[in-house]
Amino acid sequence: MSAAEILPTAAPATRRPSSRFLRSELKLIFGRRRNIAGLAVLAAVPIILGLSIKFSGETGEGDGGIFGQITSNGLFVGLAALMVELPLFLPLAVGVISGDSVAGEASVGTLRYLLATPVQRTRLLAVKYTSIVISAAFAVVLIAVVGVGLGLALFGAGPVTLLSGTQVSTAEGIWRLVLVCGYLTVCLAAFGAIGLFISTLTEQPVGATIGVAGLAIISQILDAVPQLSGIGPYLPTHYWLNFGDLLRDPIAADQIVPGLISAAVYTAIFLTAAWARFAGKDITS
Amino acid sequence: MTLQTDRMTVANPTTASELAPPTAVASTGLTKRFRGGQIAVDHIDLAVPVGSVYGFLGPNGSGKTTTIRMLLGLVRPTAGSRTLLGGRIPEDSQRVLPRVGALVEGPAFHLYLSGRDNLRRLDAADRTADPATGGARIGAALERVGLSAAAGKRYRNYSLGMRQRLGIAAALLQPRELLILDEPTNGLDPQGTREVRALVTDLSAGGVTVMLSTHLLSEVEQVCTHVGVMHVGKLVAQSSLTELRAQSAPRIRVQSDNPTDAAAGLRRLGATDLVIDGDSITALPGAADPADLLSALVRADVRVRAFGTVPVNLEDVFVTLTGEGFGVSG
Repeated sequence: MSAAEILPTAAPATRRPSSRFLRSELKLIFGRRRNIAGLAVLAAVPIILGLSIKFSGETGEGDGGIFGQITSNGLFVGLAALMVELPLFLPLAVGVISGDSVAGEASVGTLRYLLATPVQRTRLLAVKYTSIVISAAFAVVLIAVVGVGLGLALFGAGPVTLLSGTQVSTAEGIWRLVLVCGYLTVCLAAFGAIGLFISTLTEQPVGATIGVAGLAIISQILDAVPQLSGIGPYLPTHYWLNFGDLLRDPIAADQIVPGLISAAVYTAIFLTAAWARFAGKDITS
Repeated sequence: MTLQTDRMTVANPTTASELAPPTAVASTGLTKRFRGGQIAVDHIDLAVPVGSVYGFLGPNGSGKTTTIRMLLGLVRPTAGSRTLLGGRIPEDSQRVLPRVGALVEGPAFHLYLSGRDNLRRLDAADRTADPATGGARIGAALERVGLSAAAGKRYRNYSLGMRQRLGIAAALLQPRELLILDEPTNGLDPQGTREVRALVTDLSAGGVTVMLSTHLLSEVEQVCTHVGVMHVGKLVAQSSLTELRAQSAPRIRVQSDNPTDAAAGLRRLGATDLVIDGDSITALPGAADPADLLSALVRADVRVRAFGTVPVNLEDVFVTLTGEGFGVSG
């Protein structure tokens, strides 16, 4: 018998694509105490916001914008909380998950065992990125749901006055909120792609997280400097706060569409970079 | 007609592999030079026969782990190629690696998951694993390494020995044809070490090829059938233990009241490499038959109190090969 006949015995059949690894990844993320505590902080913001407005006695009416609408409709507690958490808390949450994605496995050494299992490197990145996007969506929806739930309890529902002054039904208001959540998830998913890339550069998950969160802050500072207005549209955070345009009638697409394009470009560039970096990397951790 | 048959035989490419025993692990010119320019593995040609227990022996820092990382496709070689179970790495990794269990540079698991949950995670990542049998396979692997009772404990609270056992359990999650175990008895107490060695022997009896890296010669002597010796990135020897023992000449030992005379006599008769320790002398007998040496000594009036051959000590063989003991390679 030849070696060729003996050795490649029936190779174990690869089963049909299954979500088993992804589910295991999500269980790892959502089962981790640190992440649960992080989610609790994210959920606490709309609660603090709603209660402080309710008991301060100030209606805030006349301020205009999202905050001005809180007392007139509970939906706006969720929207206000998203606006408050968008500059720091949400990017920080995405930074924690994405920074940890590859670097965390490298730092404890589990990366070498996953790859030797074997998990194809491209598949590993795909599962890691999908779980980052799911985590970002979960965080956004959690804030919205807690905010809206508490808001409706404190301030009740009713016709929703959009930022453009038009009144729409509660159902239409909820639909607009869903659009806002979707838009923010797309923005944060692009940011998560940057985080995934940074995570492939290091074996220090904390360093990667700080890098990702720091990037969000620097981007917003640069965006605020009038002399740098030329580079503003190219910054990853530039279009984030334009989610307010989804609360106008009709929806003002002139900033939303560039926002979506910017997110798509950032996602494509940094997923490619992460793959290019990780596919041939020597795993010495 | 005969000539024609011969030619056909020569032309048939399977003939070569018919003659050579099949190898579970093979490499040619495998080399790794790290970015600093330091050469970690230097043109090694591994040949681990199917069914063997291959001791990959060398001091810490001699390039064993880097070699294993290259075999598993974790590290890209600077030059050379390697195959596992006949499949090329990395091209055939997805086909071959599910049949290979590995322990690389110590166990590594998530600290805040239990032992069982850590195995579940690895099983979930394996596309060839049947989810329906996962629980049973994980239970069996834990049982096999004696970790059933601690399966629900967090990995954080595991002792070094328990961590090592969990690492071996992970390598046994699926039926394997090849196990690559990097220092599997590290951190285990004597009882655990015996258990792991018995497990390796047991798996080998079941037809699994085992490549076991170690810096302990005693481990190789106790469980291995073959050995490859690494020294500063080079594979300085590779053969079956039997061959290696046969290669090295046995020494003779002479005890005498007058060791000086005895030594002089031995030298005159062609013995070399004399070591005199009190009244006892050991030496390589050279070309002479030890029995002839004894009678020659007696005829030369050397008083001999005891005479015998010393069994081959593998440690001496390796010290000869590596030129040093088993410390840390520079």
